[in-house]
Amino acid sequence: MIHSLFLINHSGDIFLEKHWKSVISRSVCDYFFEAKDKAVDPENVPPVLQTPHHYLISIYRDKLFFLSVIQTEVPPLFVIEFLHRVADTIQDYFGECSESLIKDNVVTVYELLEEMLDNGFPLATESNVLKEMIRPPTILRSVVNTLIGGSNVGDTLPTGQLSSVPWRRVGVKYTNNEAYFDVIEEIDAILDKSGTTVFAEIQGVIEACVRLTGMPDLTLSFMNPRLLDDVSFHPCVRFKRWESEQALSFIPPDGNFTLMNYHVSSQNLVTIPVYVKQNISFFETEPCGRLDITIGPKQTMGKTVEALMVTIHMPKSVVSANLTPTQGSYTYDLATKVLVWDIGKLNPQKLPNLRGSLSLQAGAPKPEDNPSLNIDLKIQQVAISGLKVSRLEMFGEKYKPFKGVKYVTKAGKFQVRT
Amino acid sequence: MLDSNKDSLKLEAMKRIVAMIARGKNASDLFPAVVKNVACKNIEVKKLVYVYLVRYAEEQQDLALLSISTFQRGLKDPNQLIRASALRVLSSIRVTIIVPIMMLAIKEAASDMSPYVRKTAAHAIPKLYSLDPEQKDQLIEVIEKLLADKTTLVAGSVVMAFEEVCPERIELIHKNYRKLCNLLIDVEEWGQVVIINMLTRYARTQFLNPNMNESLLEEGNDKAFYGSDDDEDEEEDEKDKKAEAPAMAKRKPYVMDPDHRLLLRNTKPLLQSRNAAVVMAVAQLYFHLAPKAEVGVIAKALVRLLRSHSEVQYVVLQNVATMTIKRRGMFEPYLKSFYIRSTDPTQIKVLKLEVLTNLANETNISTILREFQTYIKSMDKDFVAATIQAIGRCATNIGEVRDTCLNGLVQLLSNRDELVVAESVVVIKKLLQMQPEKHSDIIKHMAKLTDNIQVPMARASILWLIGEYCEHVPKIAPDVLRKMAKSFTNEEDIVKLQIINLAAKLYLTNSKQTKLLTQYVLNLAKYDQNYDIRDRARFIRQLIVPTEKSGALSKYAKKLFLALKPAPILESPFKDRDHFQLGSLSHLLNAKAGGYQELPDWPEAAPDPSVRNVEVPEWTKCSSREKRKEKKVEKPFYSDSEGESGPTESADSESDSASGLESGSGIEESGSGSESEESEEGSESEEEEEEEEKDKKKKKKELKKPVQESESEQSSEEEVRKHERKNKQRKSDSESESDEEDDSESESSRSESEDSESETEVKKKKKAAESKPPSKPVKKEKKEMSLLDLDDFEPAPSPQVTPVNTFLSSSLVTDLEGLSLSDTVLSPATTSPCSALKSYELLHRITGEGLCVEYCFSRQPFSPDGNMVAVQMQVTNNSTSDTKNLHMEDVKLQSGMRVKEFPEIELLPAGESATAVMGIDFCDSTQAANFQLCTHTRKFFVSIQPPVGELMRPVFLTENEFKKEQGQLMGMNEITEKLTLDAKCRNEHAIVQSVITAANLSRVPCGSDRECSPPVPPPALPVHRFAGRTVTSGSLVLATVASKEEGAAQLTVNCEKMVIGTMLVKDILLALTQ
Repeated sequence: MIHSLFLINHSGDIFLEKHWKSVISRSVCDYFFEAKDKAVDPENVPPVLQTPHHYLISIYRDKLFFLSVIQTEVPPLFVIEFLHRVADTIQDYFGECSESLIKDNVVTVYELLEEMLDNGFPLATESNVLKEMIRPPTILRSVVNTLIGGSNVGDTLPTGQLSSVPWRRVGVKYTNNEAYFDVIEEIDAILDKSGTTVFAEIQGVIEACVRLTGMPDLTLSFMNPRLLDDVSFHPCVRFKRWESEQALSFIPPDGNFTLMNYHVSSQNLVTIPVYVKQNISFFETEPCGRLDITIGPKQTMGKTVEALMVTIHMPKSVVSANLTPTQGSYTYDLATKVLVWDIGKLNPQKLPNLRGSLSLQAGAPKPEDNPSLNIDLKIQQVAISGLKVSRLEMFGEKYKPFKGVKYVTKAGKFQVRT
Repeated sequence: MLDSNKDSLKLEAMKRIVAMIARGKNASDLFPAVVKNVACKNIEVKKLVYVYLVRYAEEQQDLALLSISTFQRGLKDPNQLIRASALRVLSSIRVTIIVPIMMLAIKEAASDMSPYVRKTAAHAIPKLYSLDPEQKDQLIEVIEKLLADKTTLVAGSVVMAFEEVCPERIELIHKNYRKLCNLLIDVEEWGQVVIINMLTRYARTQFLNPNMNESLLEEGNDKAFYGSDDDEDEEEDEKDKKAEAPAMAKRKPYVMDPDHRLLLRNTKPLLQSRNAAVVMAVAQLYFHLAPKAEVGVIAKALVRLLRSHSEVQYVVLQNVATMTIKRRGMFEPYLKSFYIRSTDPTQIKVLKLEVLTNLANETNISTILREFQTYIKSMDKDFVAATIQAIGRCATNIGEVRDTCLNGLVQLLSNRDELVVAESVVVIKKLLQMQPEKHSDIIKHMAKLTDNIQVPMARASILWLIGEYCEHVPKIAPDVLRKMAKSFTNEEDIVKLQIINLAAKLYLTNSKQTKLLTQYVLNLAKYDQNYDIRDRARFIRQLIVPTEKSGALSKYAKKLFLALKPAPILESPFKDRDHFQLGSLSHLLNAKAGGYQELPDWPEAAPDPSVRNVEVPEWTKCSSREKRKEKKVEKPFYSDSEGESGPTESADSESDSASGLESGSGIEESGSGSESEESEEGSESEEEEEEEEKDKKKKKKELKKPVQESESEQSSEEEVRKHERKNKQRKSDSESESDEEDDSESESSRSESEDSESETEVKKKKKAAESKPPSKPVKKEKKEMSLLDLDDFEPAPSPQVTPVNTFLSSSLVTDLEGLSLSDTVLSPATTSPCSALKSYELLHRITGEGLCVEYCFSRQPFSPDGNMVAVQMQVTNNSTSDTKNLHMEDVKLQSGMRVKEFPEIELLPAGESATAVMGIDFCDSTQAANFQLCTHTRKFFVSIQPPVGELMRPVFLTENEFKKEQGQLMGMNEITEKLTLDAKCRNEHAIVQSVITAANLSRVPCGSDRECSPPVPPPALPVHRFAGRTVTSGSLVLATVASKEEGAAQLTVNCEKMVIGTMLVKDILLALTQ
């Protein structure tokens, strides 16, 4: 299966390599670099490459490439999913997945990789299990370790590995027992020039943070589960119960995890919280253009729209932008040609507006296409689909946990074509 | 530092070394120093030493041997983690000398107590295999052993080993097939992927194609698909196909193998997995194995994956693209999910475009084209080019939009971007080839473009077009040639070739104008640097320019050059990809990757399904159907009385989790899981039942009834009966083949049961049971049993006698005595039971001045007119004087209703009472019949309103008939209501009585429903069925009461007349809940 793994940074240096079978020379990465150079954007590097003797499957995350070398047939998604899991684990351990952090903790990362794969086949990928075998570094622990010579490596087999609930370890104890659930919904939409919706859907995710003692068995039920059209669950959720009762029944992993992802059935009309009036034009004769964008609230369910932000990928020929926002601030990155207008809170009385001129490279032809606007926003305390958690029950333990549910609506891939 | 005594220093040193390794620096010269520390006590140092060893052992084999003894010691360690990691490292150091040691270690670990160590052993198998392939046979033995392992932990790893070592030994899977299917949901996600992929292959060899009936229709399509499956023996394959076609026709009624169904059913929930690889694996399984109608379920899940990381999207879209070619309908509802965003990476855009193109059809083409229009303006030029290609494909596939597309593309010709123009030219060229006559103006337009377009491919395309259709543009063509001749030397090679072609074609059609030009071009070409062009020039000169020795060929030159060329077919690059297993690397690359296992073709005839039989009674699939049925009967029986009957598959998973419980995990989950599994099993068996023929049904009923009975009896009796049953079963078993096996199974299952009943006791009872004459004729037995079982509800042989007849209590009989005297119409025998029924007051004593009339619905057929409901009236004269000439008058009815009056009662002495019967045709409505009751002195206005339950007469249906009829009365005609049964009427008897009191229906004898209820005590929760017809129109009325735990029940009424149905539901509900 997975033969070797190389971690490559943005500029193309290999800074970590791990082989699960016999060693493969890092020259195999040259094929990858070739493809990388060909692609303009790192995102455009094909995830699967074929070389004379090997296959290279790579992912691009947090400005790092995770490149795995394969020799035989294996489902590509298997590898991709695993690589993402590696990235997730690193993120989980060190807070973020960056080159400098990995370099600082190279031994821990190496040990992790050793545990995660055996002979190229995934062995332990549950972060709970891993954390018992290799403890994540904390300042406290490193101090203690230097003083008394303790170890970061567990010497017994993690209990989770053997149980039927591998995601939870035994003997969890908290003084404050709490369970928080964040219902986060994202609106994916494409609006056309005139503001009509070409396509819109709502994707939601329930992120949970559960700190409960012992082996609690939770049941989360919804007021309106019918809204959910398609769902995917953390392995802890009992699918049978969902099918029969439309309630989530599970023994939660300890700490943060994604309980479920869902998709709201497209029959329900998706409410678009804001409208955008835009006018971007480039002049035929002179090397400049004009830009005028206004954003206003549409259906916000009585809540304020926050963290509003507009991102525009300008055509290559736009050299500079001279704009005035009535609210917030804007930046134009010359290298990437990205215009970002950070608005903040949307005030319905005084609609934010950005207008001004764009100057083009002299002599360059007028761009044929107007750039599309990507909109980011956030609405607190409301799930735009109307999904509501009705209650959370706990069985199996005696104490009373503190429970909380939070709703947030965000813009996902929200695009306005111009 | 490594030589230091302090662990902390050693650790520090090792960390630095490992960091070096991680960065890819060579640390091999430290080998001797590191190896010394392999026995270090500090576990972290040890681990890092392991890491080092695994990395460099291959290079320093001799020194590595020093460490082996440490691992061997580690293999005996009481700590399972240490055992496992010792095995891991031992198997990971690739030193050929230690192969025998490894082999031994693996064998030992394969029977280790700890599943974790066994898992590690499974991992070690492919390692050893790659080191020394000669160990294959021995390794297969270990694999076989581990495949039989029942823990979820091991399952994934061992299947992985199986796939790497001996994927061709498919027969090893047989015995474990069902276990794997059932464990699947609990296996860790990576294992799931591997198992699903393996099972897909397995199923392809063991089951029949579920689509074979449909595939007859699209034979041509499928043939191409299958034909390409096996490159080597394609011919043979083709032959097979031909042989298969008639065979398929013969085998029309396809019945899916239950094991096939099991696989599909158990994988379906995994579509909800968070792991994209699992979802994809299930999706490909469904795509390759499921009947057409069921494949659709995967679409939603795959569309969901499109929200994931772009790499995942990339792979999923590739697969979706392949699927959309074969099964377009599946993804049509999700069309909009494939719309492209400007922020998508180019490769994703192109793939989405591919999917959109595949999905295009007559109905959605306009929306798709509108989308394409926005895409064309995109800044990403590669993507724009792909869009143009896509438009071209849409245009070829859908004739209606061809002109629109063409016009759109022509407009693009004036685009400023050259790439766009070039791409459009190429596509237009292809489109024009299909119908050139109509579009000479487009060709003209394109001819003008030659001045501007620089992209060689586009120039070449234009030239080819002009040459090909020079007859349509006779004036322009020579001019173009002139221009081209001028610039010939500066053109690219492909353009030059096309210029030569153009010249040749023009020379043939219009030699007057172009002779010199052609000569000139050919001369230029003669001295070109490129040999292709020189060759071409020479060839064409010989062919077209008439010389004295020109051969026969030149006569045909025109034919050669200007022959009609077939239009190219624009097809998807994903067209032939589906011969690779979807989701595989080979599919993605469209090339066979190393180690790719071909997806086998469906077998022509199903291999013997019995190979999957495992030695457990419940799941054994028998060769003869009859035997299977008996087993089914047996199943709830055992599981009722003995908590853990045989080692069923679900029990497997239970025991499995029990082993997991060592560490104190949740029983509940796995427990509930296996429970529902079982109930599912039951519902499946119900499905099967429906297919079965009647006579078999009957037989089953015979077998069924005793079971019912045993439930109603007390437990002690039940025990005895159980053995009685067993005897009987054994008897019938002896007819079938594998008697002995079965016998031993039941033995074993008993011995395994944890029930307190001791072995000896059992034997005693068995003996007692055996002493009963086993030769008792089955039929007789049946009668007895059914009498016991259904006591008073035994359905009457004919509808003439209602079931009510039988349950008369003695007190009622006495009540009746005075009534049935003066009835002239009906015989006393048949009228007698009526007062079991509710009677209603027609005329109160006071308003009637002493005359009291009560009526009831006798539920007898009203013999003068079958469409009438018989109403029996009891007239009592409470007054002091006689009443004379009692009769009916002035009947007021709703249209359609009719009344047959009762004969006049001439004299009713004071204190006496009399009975009269009248018939009313209520026309299946609950409208009241109003009339006057007249005596010799007075008239009373009275009315009779029937409860809806009286508007029907019972009919006798068998269960099968009932189900069939019910199936036809679904939808609007079905009314379902949930209710909680009153505490008093939870037993069977009470339910039946209440329903029958509320409505004039007859009970449908039933039995087999008990099977589908979960085998938990209370043993069986019966379903009661009742049937009747409305009196006037004869529409069927079907009522079902399905009771559940704790008094909950569900009432279903199916009736063509919805009003009656609704009212009936209310009435029965009232009766049941009181």
